Amino acid sequence: MTGMTFRIAVRALGRNKVRSSLTMLGVIIGVAAVIAMVAIGSGATESVKKQMSTMGQNQLMVLPGSSSSGAVMFGSGTVQTLTPKDAAAIRRDCPSATSVAIVVRTRAQVVWGNANWAPNSVQGCSPEFLVIRDWPVTEGDAFTEADVNAAAQVCLVGQTVADNLFGTESPVGQRVRLKNLPFRVIGVLGRKGANTYQDQDDVVLLPWTTVKKKLQGSSFNNVDQLMVGAESAAALVPLEAEIRAVLRASHKLDREGGPGAMDDFQIRNMAEFLAASAQLTTIMSGLLAAIASVSLLVGGIGIMNIMLVSVTERTREIGLRMAVGATSGDVLSQFLVESIVLSGIGGVLGIAAGAGGASAVAKLANWPVIVSPTAIAVAVAFSGAVGVIFGFYPAWRASRLDPIDALRYE
Amino acid sequence: MSLIEIDDLRRTYTMGDVLVHALQGVSLRVDAGEFVAVMGSSGSGKSTLMSILGGLDRPTSGVYRLDGADMASLPRRALAHVRNQKIGFVFQSFNLLARTSALENVELPLLYARGISGRERHERAREALARVGLADRARHHPNQLSGGQQQRVAIARALVNRPSLVLADEPTGNLDSKVTAEIMALLQALNDSGVTIVFVTHESDVAQYAKRKLTLKDGLLVGDAPVAGRTVAAVAEPAR
Repeated sequence: MTGMTFRIAVRALGRNKVRSSLTMLGVIIGVAAVIAMVAIGSGATESVKKQMSTMGQNQLMVLPGSSSSGAVMFGSGTVQTLTPKDAAAIRRDCPSATSVAIVVRTRAQVVWGNANWAPNSVQGCSPEFLVIRDWPVTEGDAFTEADVNAAAQVCLVGQTVADNLFGTESPVGQRVRLKNLPFRVIGVLGRKGANTYQDQDDVVLLPWTTVKKKLQGSSFNNVDQLMVGAESAAALVPLEAEIRAVLRASHKLDREGGPGAMDDFQIRNMAEFLAASAQLTTIMSGLLAAIASVSLLVGGIGIMNIMLVSVTERTREIGLRMAVGATSGDVLSQFLVESIVLSGIGGVLGIAAGAGGASAVAKLANWPVIVSPTAIAVAVAFSGAVGVIFGFYPAWRASRLDPIDALRYE
Repeated sequence: MSLIEIDDLRRTYTMGDVLVHALQGVSLRVDAGEFVAVMGSSGSGKSTLMSILGGLDRPTSGVYRLDGADMASLPRRALAHVRNQKIGFVFQSFNLLARTSALENVELPLLYARGISGRERHERAREALARVGLADRARHHPNQLSGGQQQRVAIARALVNRPSLVLADEPTGNLDSKVTAEIMALLQALNDSGVTIVFVTHESDVAQYAKRKLTLKDGLLVGDAPVAGRTVAAVAEPAR
């Protein structure tokens, strides 16, 4: 009987193709919107997670802070308050710190033969940097403390630089020029992938002293950033307090018997920041899906509307069916199945449209997009439920018709 | 035992505030194989009687037995089953499903009879269409058929379940006199082959095709007599 009811329903829908397909369109749009929004949302969440995994060890970033002169407050980074001495102090006096890296940034064009490339980031660092970032050197070797002490003219290149500048040739051992100074490429970094902001592989790493003395020609030895590694995520909290204490002491910010000056540095927990943004993207994708499901609701109401019209229009048909032996249950299930078929087909087409739309967004806007089986399952269940819920009332109305009145209906 | 046994049948409606006594105590026997015309002016209660006979309506009081089954006390579901198995309906306005082939229209009652395979359904529907002389119109839709042909499809639909009783409510009311003669000839032929037929008409010359004539007036049976000088259709299987 179920197969029969299904065939009766499909035939009835087939008699009104335009109306059926327009009704379906509501569900198609609803389901497609839900699928696409969830896909975009989970893609964003996933990319944040991926970014967290490429970050490396548990770490804190120490940045130069704002300074004040008299009562005048300057913005953050206006003075370069961090020095290699701070790094040494943290290494010595912070028991939670496992390693400390120095980072300085500059911009430079890399020239190799007659090819050139301007990397996203040219960074000077200490060897610990690669340890904290958990960044392997896949070809050649990393530079050493000795290279840092000697301000050696050696560099490491990221995968993007290697691909764009050297093509198929191995970068290791090649001579390149930065700001007209000769450098030797001694190693190639492993692939990290892109984070939200930039391609992490579009990078050249040099000993930080080389950047300061040779590229910038600076006699100051202030640094742009310190990275401090810790054993675990839990150790980051005490570590932050230790670093603050050490830096305040070495910067002489505390006065005897009175409130001290403000911190002239900032300590940032990148993991916390990323966790916050992961939470944000989850909330955003939930919100998007919620908005999208409103259109699914509207699609459901569309089904109910059409089914009600259909019941009224087919009153005589219902009366006839009852006269030739259809029970109330038969009529109820016929109209219910009609609405479930409408929403079911709409759901399937909607999934296709949603997945298609999501991958179009992925291509055009270059957003990470994930069409998850869970989202598909939920959408199928949801559109089926829409069919049942919004089809039930019209179907019930049809089944309660009195056959005599229905047959006489004009 | 008679096919139809009716004793003191009454049916009362409320139309707004007004109480309408459509049937005020009708008693009647119809045996298997009879061909009965029910006559009466509008408001005489003949439509109500037909609805009750067809199991579409229930009497307010009184007894109605069809084939021994007490129709007044059957639940809705069982009543639907009786309509499906024992009764065939023919309506004045044909009531065929639009945009549906003649064959599928005839199959309709079989869809609601449990346990009939698709193949048997097709076979029986074709058989029924052949019986009304429309075997070659199986694929046609109602709007491709004449009024007489549509009514014959409806008759085939009424026959397809091999009912014990065919009820026709003004079956020729929408047809001209030539087609009326064809349809009545068909009903006569069916009756000759053993189908019990009860039909309503308000035209006395149409009633002349029946074997027995009942007359209703104001909800009471006022006439019940065999048809004298019965019209016998010239052709049992009319030309198309």
